[in-house]
Amino acid sequence: MPAVSKGDGMRGLAVFISDIRNCKSKEAEIKRINKELANIRSKFKGDKALDGYSKKKYVCKLLFIFLLGHDIDFGHMEAVNLLSSNKYTEKQIGYLFISVLVNSNSELIRLINNAIKNDLSSRNPTFMCLALHCIANVGSREMAEAFASEIPRILVAGDTMDSVKQSAALCLLRLYKTSPDLVLMGEWTSRVVHLLNDQHMGVVTAAISLITCLSQKNPDEFKTCVSLAVSRLSRIVSSASTDLQDYTYYFVPAPWLSCKLLRLLQCYPPPEDGAVKGRLVECLETILNKAQEPPKSKKVQHSNAKNAILFEAISLIIHYDSEPNLLVRACNQLGQFLQHRETNLRYLALESMCTLASSEFSHEAVKTHIETVINALKTERDVSVRQRAADLLYAMCDRSNAKQIVAEMLSYLETADYSIREEMVLKVAILAEKYAVDYSWYVDTILNLIRIAGDYVSEEVWYRVIQIVINRDDVQGYAAKTVFEALQAPACHENMVKVGGYILGEFGNLIAGDPRSSPLVQFNLLHSKFHLCSVPTRALLLSAYIKFINLFPETKATIQEVLRCDSQIRNSDVELQQRAVEYLKLSSIASTDVLATVLEEMPPFPERESSILAKLKKKKGPGAVSVTELEDSKRESSELNGAGERGPDPSVMAASNASTPSPSADLLGIRSAAPVSTAPASAGSLLVDVFSEAGPAASSGAVNDDGFLRFVCKNNGVLFENQLLQIGIKSEYRQNLGRMYLFYGNKTSVQFASFTTTVSCPGELQTHILGIVEPLVEGGAQIQQVLNIECLTDFSDAPLLNIKFRYGGALQNLTLKLPVTINKFFQLTEMASQDFFQRWKQLSQPQQEAQKIFKANHSMDTEVIKAKLLGLGMALLDNVDPNPENYVCAGVIQTKSQQVGCLLRLEPNAQAQMYRLTLRCSKDSVSKRLCELLAQQF
Amino acid sequence: MLNIFMLLFSRQGKLRLQKWYVPLSDKERKKISRDLVQTILARKPKMCSFLEWRDLKIVYKRYASLYFCCAVEDQDNELITLEIIHRYVELLDKYFGSVCELDIIFNFEKAYFILDEFLLGGEAQETSKKNVLKAIEQADLLQEEAEAPRSVLEEIGLT
Repeated sequence: MPAVSKGDGMRGLAVFISDIRNCKSKEAEIKRINKELANIRSKFKGDKALDGYSKKKYVCKLLFIFLLGHDIDFGHMEAVNLLSSNKYTEKQIGYLFISVLVNSNSELIRLINNAIKNDLSSRNPTFMCLALHCIANVGSREMAEAFASEIPRILVAGDTMDSVKQSAALCLLRLYKTSPDLVLMGEWTSRVVHLLNDQHMGVVTAAISLITCLSQKNPDEFKTCVSLAVSRLSRIVSSASTDLQDYTYYFVPAPWLSCKLLRLLQCYPPPEDGAVKGRLVECLETILNKAQEPPKSKKVQHSNAKNAILFEAISLIIHYDSEPNLLVRACNQLGQFLQHRETNLRYLALESMCTLASSEFSHEAVKTHIETVINALKTERDVSVRQRAADLLYAMCDRSNAKQIVAEMLSYLETADYSIREEMVLKVAILAEKYAVDYSWYVDTILNLIRIAGDYVSEEVWYRVIQIVINRDDVQGYAAKTVFEALQAPACHENMVKVGGYILGEFGNLIAGDPRSSPLVQFNLLHSKFHLCSVPTRALLLSAYIKFINLFPETKATIQEVLRCDSQIRNSDVELQQRAVEYLKLSSIASTDVLATVLEEMPPFPERESSILAKLKKKKGPGAVSVTELEDSKRESSELNGAGERGPDPSVMAASNASTPSPSADLLGIRSAAPVSTAPASAGSLLVDVFSEAGPAASSGAVNDDGFLRFVCKNNGVLFENQLLQIGIKSEYRQNLGRMYLFYGNKTSVQFASFTTTVSCPGELQTHILGIVEPLVEGGAQIQQVLNIECLTDFSDAPLLNIKFRYGGALQNLTLKLPVTINKFFQLTEMASQDFFQRWKQLSQPQQEAQKIFKANHSMDTEVIKAKLLGLGMALLDNVDPNPENYVCAGVIQTKSQQVGCLLRLEPNAQAQMYRLTLRCSKDSVSKRLCELLAQQF
Repeated sequence: MLNIFMLLFSRQGKLRLQKWYVPLSDKERKKISRDLVQTILARKPKMCSFLEWRDLKIVYKRYASLYFCCAVEDQDNELITLEIIHRYVELLDKYFGSVCELDIIFNFEKAYFILDEFLLGGEAQETSKKNVLKAIEQADLLQEEAEAPRSVLEEIGLT
């Protein structure tokens, strides 16, 4: 190594760094830095022109200061000057400074781009690489605009040096990620794909990252990469450990490239070509075989590299989910890792097994490891590993082992780390509900949860146990008895008091026959907890008391006395005071009949997807949840459970039940309205279905353009239907927020496996799925999903819903446009004729108006047109237009960033069967979009 | 296999190198590095090298006094990322000859140049040790040729 490279390249810099290191305090450091900044500033401003070397040194010092965490507000210009130096090291420091400290100062970007352009066309490979590195590091849109068309040329040109190709490939990838619209491969596609065949392993390693990313976005255009990737992989896997020279890493041939190849293949379904598929299966088998061979080195790098490939291969096997033999082998291999002495491997095995557990082929094989996993939960010293074990137990749980798993998780909860308790509680609650055969077990489990980890039991959990008890009369007596017993404990968690208060208030009568739990004993027990509880719980208890008066007239005097005492009737809390006063009054004036009617037993809750699932999903989701989403989820939980924050006051609850839109009720409407598949579900027709749907996974653009347009003026209905699946939607919008309920109905008698849905939407909208969909949809079953939508600003592109599932082994892939259109965010605006025309005139700039004349496609019946316009969401204004035949509407579109006022005029011409539609909006893009949408509605 | 960012920091929590492969504001970067450094320093030696942190997966390893830490996407391959770190350490080691923390402090720009040759835009560009070092050595040769004699004043650090 040349001595000059060892840091004495810039003596002044080394001295400065030493000085900083010798500073005894933060203050001294700041002082030294300020001195240096002043020095550099004066040099840069000085009359004497600085030579390249000094400029480089000072720029480098600034960079060092910045990296220490201080702000730098000058020196950019000097750094840009360095870019055009002929000296490599000066150029290099210039580029480094730009890469680390770039800001979107447009003036500078232009200069930087100029320098880059010069270097790219210099034909000097080291300069070209520097320029490409800079683009890849900065990756700004301006750079994409300037270079996105140039770089593909460099990448595929025959005379480009290998090292430049490598940089070009990754540079392009970075630009594609920032500005996919600007990077168009077009004619280059095939040549880029063929880089997989390049002789230089480094070129393949770099190019494959680009190809993988492009394949994810345009799978069809790049699908020829599959066979190339398989043959490349096959060559690597079968090569001896020394064949690949420096690309062999600790006796493992090309581990990075192997992993990337296996990752690329995960963008596609299994190869259709039998020969390619055979070759690939062979590779996967070889990789699994190698895992059993004795290691070629004791170094951890050897086993890590080898296992990295193994795990990636297992991911591919799981992705295909079609080779039972490989899946079971993968599972056995992971089983061995579960007991490996390397913590890292145990962690990864637990993680990877989680996905294996959801495959029908390997679910049983995963289950055989239950004891090891339980042991891991108990004995692993690292919480992140224990967390994985808990995840795996959750994933492998089914009816056969639910009791064991729930019991283990409960006992683990007693000592579990605080950081994972809440999630554990949710998981236990979900499993207990999902696999409950007898509901007494479920009730026991939840009460145990509250006993063991009461602080971590969220509202969703205790709401849910109440919902279930109310809906199942076979468990009500047991629940009453059990909570009564649980409340005997001298110290019991407040959540227990809540559940106890609610359940005894509803079903205390079922155990009142036993003198040990007579009404008065029950009341005294509850009331003994009253003073230790928070206000919401006390409010709930007061409601329980009034229910007691109804259930057990003999307690009336005692309870009235309690209500009458000053601490209740004059409580400083308004809610408590009001309840005490009202309940006291109610109990003294209402006849027993009236009381019985008012306080009637709660009606069953409509069956819905558990809100706990939504909560769990939320916990696992990305950390950044916007405030509106959080509020939404709060509203969600209170709506779903009927009980808002006011506590389960019976009247409030009943009222909110009635006003909450009931998705399940509507669901029936959807199903009965839509004609179910005409063919009888005989075995024969099923077979036909399988054949017609089998073959390559039908991935395509959105298939429901017609369906989409039908929803412009309505919110509910069947969005999509084919032989297998029916999708119904129901949506509601308020201001710039919306919520869509999606109902997926399996029309076949066969289970759908690996059912997943994802929503992608344009940047102007934000969507957020609240419920997780279960991966299995039984034949004939229907599942629901809730989507929250927020409109940030006006938009034209609809969000896309992608649905994937396996039906009889064949992967089904479906993309639908979700009917979220800009008009959904309308708010009515009523106005008089004069106002309307005044505003109409104000919106007189030509681009604010959009107009279309079109032929009627539907009946021109007045009522039909009116219904559609109302469905559009605008206010239909009468007596505004001088011509009574015409329709005028007004509304304001609410987006997060702004409001857009819109006026509409529709002039029908019955004779010609034509319409003229005119829109004027305060934003021109909105006029255009609304006009497009509406022209197809009438 | 995308790296989101890479951080090198000392046992005292001082950042020695930071490379960001996604656009983030200066403020966000500072917050992320501060939080993550604390999280990792709090972990015990024998613990697993991977952790889920916010919506990222963190892969880290300690070499002598320095922690090397990569953030990758959730579904990325942890083990191969661990070896990315190791290969980078090998590159530094080979280049500096038994690299130590001081080498990286005083030659931070070299540490960045080597990283750029090895990883570009967060993806492995060249995994052959020979090829990466060859590229860096070439640059050093260019530097040697270009270097002008320096003044006495600078030798004593006055400019």
